[in-house]
Amino acid sequence: MTLKDLKPGQEGTVISIGEKGPVRRRIMDMGVTPGTQVKVIKVAPLGDPIEINIRGYELSLRKTEASQIEIE
Amino acid sequence: MSYTIALAGNPNCGKTTLFNELTGSKQHVGNWPGVTVEKKEGLYRKNKELNILDLPGTYSLSPYSAEELIARDYIVKEKPDVVINIVDATSIERNLYLTLQILETGIKTVVALNMMDEVEQRGDQINFDKLSKSLGVKVIPITAKSRKGLDNLMHEVEEVAKGDIRPTQISVFHGKIPQIIAQVSSVIQEENEQYGNWKALKILENDQQILDSLKEDDQLRVTQIVNQAEKEYQMDLEAEIADQRYQFIANITKASVVKKSTGYTETTSDKLDKVLTNRFAAIPIFAIIMYLLFATTFSESFLFIEGLQSPGVWLAGLAETVWGFLTGLLEGVLVNASPWVFSLVIDGIMGGLGAIVGFIPLVLVLFLLISFLEDCGYMARIAFVMDRIFRKFGLSGRSFIPLLMGFGCSVPAMTATRTLESEKDRKITTIITGFMPCGAKVPIFAMFVSVFFADGNKTLVTYSIYMLSIVVAILISLFLNKVVYKSGASNFIMELPKYRIPMAKTVFIHGYEKIKDFAIKAGTIIFMSTIILWLLSNFNVDSFNGKNAAASDNGSNLAEMDDSFLADIGNVIAPVFKPLGFGEWRPTVGVITGWIAKENVVVTFAQLYDDDVTEEYLETFFQKYTTEELSDFGFEDGVYDFDTAFTIYSEVILFEGQDENAFHTMKDDIKTKAAAYAYMVFNLLCMPCFAAVGAMKRELKTWRLTGFGIFVQMTTAYLVSLMIYQIGNLIGKF
Repeated sequence: MTLKDLKPGQEGTVISIGEKGPVRRRIMDMGVTPGTQVKVIKVAPLGDPIEINIRGYELSLRKTEASQIEIE
Repeated sequence: MSYTIALAGNPNCGKTTLFNELTGSKQHVGNWPGVTVEKKEGLYRKNKELNILDLPGTYSLSPYSAEELIARDYIVKEKPDVVINIVDATSIERNLYLTLQILETGIKTVVALNMMDEVEQRGDQINFDKLSKSLGVKVIPITAKSRKGLDNLMHEVEEVAKGDIRPTQISVFHGKIPQIIAQVSSVIQEENEQYGNWKALKILENDQQILDSLKEDDQLRVTQIVNQAEKEYQMDLEAEIADQRYQFIANITKASVVKKSTGYTETTSDKLDKVLTNRFAAIPIFAIIMYLLFATTFSESFLFIEGLQSPGVWLAGLAETVWGFLTGLLEGVLVNASPWVFSLVIDGIMGGLGAIVGFIPLVLVLFLLISFLEDCGYMARIAFVMDRIFRKFGLSGRSFIPLLMGFGCSVPAMTATRTLESEKDRKITTIITGFMPCGAKVPIFAMFVSVFFADGNKTLVTYSIYMLSIVVAILISLFLNKVVYKSGASNFIMELPKYRIPMAKTVFIHGYEKIKDFAIKAGTIIFMSTIILWLLSNFNVDSFNGKNAAASDNGSNLAEMDDSFLADIGNVIAPVFKPLGFGEWRPTVGVITGWIAKENVVVTFAQLYDDDVTEEYLETFFQKYTTEELSDFGFEDGVYDFDTAFTIYSEVILFEGQDENAFHTMKDDIKTKAAAYAYMVFNLLCMPCFAAVGAMKRELKTWRLTGFGIFVQMTTAYLVSLMIYQIGNLIGKF
């Protein structure tokens, strides 16, 4: 399952993050690392991007990025 | 002895507030070499030995944007004496990630734990001594906005700057990582002893910039080490390092931070956000906020109250009145000067500077509002809400504000592009903002529509112009993205900061800096170009051989516009516009004077086609109005006189498109509807007025890029008008 599949209000734990590259590094720099708890807060009014709560703050990312984040 | 103190921290951690509090209002704003990022410096108020430098906000020292690269290069190459790392204590985990990376560079650091008031409010507790020990550097609690702890912080910073206390080494990494770092380090050791370790770590993180800076055989050797290690230990080094940093942070925060409640708790900010970005309410609320922003700056009937001017318009009017008064005084002083001196000072210099004076209040009001939206956290939500749409043409949701502002005036709009995060977005948005139908372009449409499309649906024609400007902006944005900047899929990984009430002081310092900067930089360009155009439109060869002076009754050697150098230039350029349907000198001069200010196009037409605007014509035209209406127009006591009539005709009647029969002779130059439409479109899309070019240069920084922007605007205007005229003619034939 990926972060994209979570509905607002649902939580999960990060397992792994997509492929090597600047985008993945950015995602990890922002605190999305394996083992971290994430909670989806909401989806933007037009359906994309999404807002998640991680490490006590709110992060928004597009669904394409969320689909690279494996969670359980 | 003087010391350089750099402020580093995440965006939204209160860095700017701290900077303002430390330096007071004496700041020096410049630019980092080569990029459009501001560089702010200032001396510490209480000790002038300390020069404080505000680094761009950054989440990590692995550079992702231009801003982050600057922050990192500054820390590792320029090596400030001390780095103050500001940490937002309310989201301490993510903030400490940068802290660890700063510490890895071995630079002298003091950690300032900011927003302690919010931490206390939540009932959380932080053990500073423990945290300090775990990090190996001093940790000082502060609340920047109420100045709490600042003296203590700066005292510590001074000690560290003057002393020789390096951060205590801490071991963040475990397992195989230290061993691999040591291996890489031994290869590159000779290059840089002090930062050998840091570089090695970055190489493990696959940092292309660092790799490129190595000698070729070193590059090969370290890549080999990294690849081998990844294979041998079945490990993704880049991910492993980020992970271990966060593990370390998790451990030290567990030991030194006691949270009152764990897990996700809904704060006031979250509740507010539920409404502001609600599925159904978000867009209406956004529209209302945008309307208020726009109306407060530009509206002539603020909050729908007829005749109530918005603060922006009111201030602009006030500034213009004061300027008019000064001009009047000067006129009095110069009454006996020679006609050309009079005209240079009054029309050229005062007129040219007057254009800037009128813009400053608009830029000021808009900027105060935008920095408010920025500082309170709503701007990030705009990007969140609008991203879906703007992504389609290669921009992010934030580009919406400058483009919307462009409908009012491109000058503040272009200045607003600096709130965009990506440099590429900033450049593209600045260029396409020039296409927007700003307030000054409206009279052109009003006049042309009433003269050429009197029999058609006038509203529809005007509406089509507006739509066209948006379509063109989108297409050019796509083009610049795909062809010029060749950027692939963009991404959108953005913090949504907590809503906070911004400090008035921060907002005002923000606004003041922008204005000062704008007035000086854009002002120079506006001033120079208006003077040149004044020269061209008031002189001809006969100005210098005495023929003009001899022919005029007051000895003036100035020329009429239709006989000036400008007219000659119009004649030379005119053939270029033949394929667009208006290749005559008068419409050409109209385009040129439009660059001083777009509304000039209409006034120029009145002056150049004055065969039409004879005394008899005006008298007949104004006959249909009652004394009362004439008085409303501005005739003294409602009594008709020719001089007033001409001014009112060119500045009111034509502006508002109230005379459908205007300019029969104009129809000799611009023969068809297609040509008229092409002319409107050309003026819409071509280079904006000099004031906007000044703002453009201000944002794009280099003349090369500004020239490129103007080239894009000119070419677009030419091609679109060409298509409209040619296709329009074809349709007309059937």
